[in-house]
Amino acid sequence: MKKLFALCLALTLVFSLAGCGSNAASDTDAKSEGVMTYAEYAAAELDSQVVIETYVQAKQSWWDNKATLYTQDKDGAYFIYNMTCSEEDYAKLVPGTKIKVTGYKAEWAGEIEIAEGATFEIEDGSYIAEATDVTSLLGTDELINHQNEFVSFKGMTVEAANDNGDAFMYNWDGSGEDGNDLYFKVSLNGQTYTFTVESYLCDNTTDVYAAVKNLKVGDTVDMEGFLYWYEGVNPHITSVTVK
Amino acid sequence: MSRMRKILLLLLPAMCCLFTLTACHGSRGLDAFVIPEEFDTSRNYEITFWAKNDTNKTQTDIYKKAIADFETLYPNITVNLRLYTDYGKIYNDVITNISTNTTPNVCITYPDHIATYLTGINIVVPLDELFVDEKYGLGGSEVRFDAPSGEEIIPQFLEECSFNEHYYAIPFMRSTEACYINKTFVEELGYTLPETLTWDFVWEVSEAAMKQDTEGNFLINGQKVMIPFIYKSTDNMMIQMLRQKQAGYSNTEGEIQIFNDTTEELLYTVAEHAKTGAFSTFKISSYPANFLNAGQCIFAIDSTAGATWMGTHAPLSDISKDALVEFETAVMAVPQFDTKKPQMISQGPSVCVFNKADSQEVLASWLFAQYLLTNDVQIAYAETEGYIPVTSKAQLDTDYQDYLSRGGEDNTSHYEVKIKASRLLLDNIGNTFVTPVFNGSASLRDAAGQLIENVTKSVRRKENVDDAYMKKLFDDVTSLYRLDQSKASGTGKAELGKLPGTSVILLSALVVTWGLIILYVGYETVKKKKSSHNNH
Repeated sequence: MKKLFALCLALTLVFSLAGCGSNAASDTDAKSEGVMTYAEYAAAELDSQVVIETYVQAKQSWWDNKATLYTQDKDGAYFIYNMTCSEEDYAKLVPGTKIKVTGYKAEWAGEIEIAEGATFEIEDGSYIAEATDVTSLLGTDELINHQNEFVSFKGMTVEAANDNGDAFMYNWDGSGEDGNDLYFKVSLNGQTYTFTVESYLCDNTTDVYAAVKNLKVGDTVDMEGFLYWYEGVNPHITSVTVK
Repeated sequence: MSRMRKILLLLLPAMCCLFTLTACHGSRGLDAFVIPEEFDTSRNYEITFWAKNDTNKTQTDIYKKAIADFETLYPNITVNLRLYTDYGKIYNDVITNISTNTTPNVCITYPDHIATYLTGINIVVPLDELFVDEKYGLGGSEVRFDAPSGEEIIPQFLEECSFNEHYYAIPFMRSTEACYINKTFVEELGYTLPETLTWDFVWEVSEAAMKQDTEGNFLINGQKVMIPFIYKSTDNMMIQMLRQKQAGYSNTEGEIQIFNDTTEELLYTVAEHAKTGAFSTFKISSYPANFLNAGQCIFAIDSTAGATWMGTHAPLSDISKDALVEFETAVMAVPQFDTKKPQMISQGPSVCVFNKADSQEVLASWLFAQYLLTNDVQIAYAETEGYIPVTSKAQLDTDYQDYLSRGGEDNTSHYEVKIKASRLLLDNIGNTFVTPVFNGSASLRDAAGQLIENVTKSVRRKENVDDAYMKKLFDDVTSLYRLDQSKASGTGKAELGKLPGTSVILLSALVVTWGLIILYVGYETVKKKKSSHNNH
C-alpha cells in the first residue's frame, strides 16, 4: 500500500512538473487575445498601433517615468523606447519578466522600436533568451532579421579604433571620458564593424566596460549583446571574453 | 555611428527640480560674492569647469589646450575639466549639485538655465562689478592675458546674458539655425532658390518632392525614402515662426502667451504637411543630416553648429559612404514669413561662474572664464563648427578673417558649408533675437517643441487633428510642462494674490494660539509676583 501511495505521489509530481513545463512553453508560445505574434508585429506598418507580449531581457534606463528596455520573445525582439513606467514598476522589470505592451511602431535611424509613450502591464511568465550566434550573418542582409535580439559574435579580432592605435574610444570620436559610451572596432574576414558599450545599459562599473578598456589591438574576442541599429548595425555589447 | 538620442531622456526631469530649488528660497545660502582687493597668488586653487562639446574631439582638445595655457599663466590655479555633450545634462547636474553645495566653479550653460539656478540664494555670481573691476575686470590691469574689453564683446550677445537687471554670464560662442538645402534636387524639381527662403516655398517644394512611381519609389531620388523637410529643434521652429508672425510666446515677466490662435494656425499647417509625409522631425525620424546626405531630404534645418555634418563631402558623417549621394549644398537662413524683415534665433553656449564661500576661489574662476574670451580660444573653437566668436576683437582678427576667406579650400578646416554657416550668422547678427529669460522659460521652450512633435506624431498615426484635439493638446502640454505653475517665480517681484482660505484659517489659529500662550504666561507672571509680594 505504501509503495502504491509512493508511486501515486511520484506520478503526481511528474505530471505536475510536466504541466509546469508545458505552461512555461506556452508562456513563450501562445499570445493572449488581441496580442500580435512577432510575425504580425514585424509586418505591421510604421506608426500603427501594436500590442505585444514580450519578456524583459535588459533595462537600459529609467528617467522621469520613462523606461527603455530590450525585450524578446522566442520569435523575435522588441526595443521599447521611453515606455511610460513608474520608478516602482521599473524595479519590478527584472530580466525574464513578461509584459504586455501597447504602443506605436516606429523607426528611428533604422532602429525599429515601440515609440515613446507606450504603456504596459506585467503578466505571469518568464523567459530569458539564449544568445543567438550571428557571427556568420555579419555583412549579410539576413542580419537585420535579428534586430534587437540577444546575440553573440565569436572569434572576432580587435582593430585600432583610431589613428593613434587605441583599442577603444570614449564616444564615437574619442571626445568623451570615463563613464561615456565606449566604441571599439572588431573585424572578421577582412570586414570591420563598430561595436558599442552603451553606458546607460552597462556603465563604467560593469565587467564589460572594464573588459573593453583592457582590450588590445589584435585580441581575439567572443562577445554578447543586443543587436541595436543606428544607421546600420551597432550592437550594444554586454560581455566580452578575450580568448 | 555616433550620435545617440539618449540625451533626450535627460531634458525633462530638471523641471521637477525647479520646484525643489524654489523651496530653497527660505534657506540663507551663501553670502554674496565681494571682489577681493587682491588676488592671493600665494595660495593654490583647484576649480572645476563643466564644458559642453558637440561630440567633437577637436572642441575637447581646444578646451584642454585652453586650460593648459591658462595654468601656465596662473600656476597656482588648477582647472579640472568635466565634459558634457548636452546642455540638458549639465542643467540637471548643476541643479542636483546646488543642494549639496557642489556646483562647478565655471560652467557652460544657457541663460534659460541660469534663470532656474537663480531661484537659490547667491548661487550664481552677478558679473557686473567683475566686468568693470580695474584690476581683474575685462582687460583689467592685473589680468595676465590679452583679454577683450567690455566694449569688444558683441553687445547683442552680451545682452543675452543679462536678466533680473544683472549680467549672470558671458557669451562663449554664438550660432543660429540654418537651412541646409539639396539645391540639386530643388532645381531638378523645376524651382529656383529665392534670395530669402520662405515657408511657402519650402512647403511647396517639399510637396512637389513627394511624387512616387507605381512601385513606391520617389521620383526625385529613386529611393523608397524621402522626407523633404526635416527640422532638428522643433522648439526653435515654433519660437521663430511665432516671432516672425509677431505672435505671443512669452514676456519678460514670465507670462505664458504661446497658446494662441497663431500657434494653432501654425500647427494646422505642420499637420497638413506631416500628413503627406513631406515634413518630419529629428525626434520622430532621426538626424536631418543623415537624410540630407543620403539624398532623402531636401531642406534640413539644424544649428549652424551642426554644419560639419551637412553635405556630400561633410567631414563628419553617421552614414556609410555607399549611402552618400552627390549634390550641391546651399546654406540659407531659416524660412521667413516676411522677407523684408528676416528673423532668426540667436543661440549658443554662455559661461557662468558659481559662487563659493571663498571669494579668492571665485576670483580664480572668473579669471578662467575671462580667459575663454581670448582670441586664441575664441577663434580656435569657432572654427570647429559654424559658430562665430563673440568678440569683435576675435572677429576682426586677421587670422579669423583669413579663415573665413578660405571657404571651400578643403573639406576639413575650411569646409565650405561650415564657413557659409558662420558667414550666415555674421551677416545677420542684427536679425537675430532671443526669447525672454525667466524661471520656467526652459520649460516653455520644451513645450513649444512638444506642440509640433505631438501634432506631427498624431497625423502620422492617423489621428484626427481638429479643434478638440488642439484644445486637449494645449491643456496636456500646459500640464506636462507645468506652465500654469512657473509664472514669474524667478524674476524678482511677483504678485502673489490673495491667500487661500485654508491658509487664512491656519494663520488665524496660530495667532489665536500665540495670543493665548502670551496671556497665560502673563497671567502666571503676575500671579507669581503677587504671591512673592505677599510672602514678603
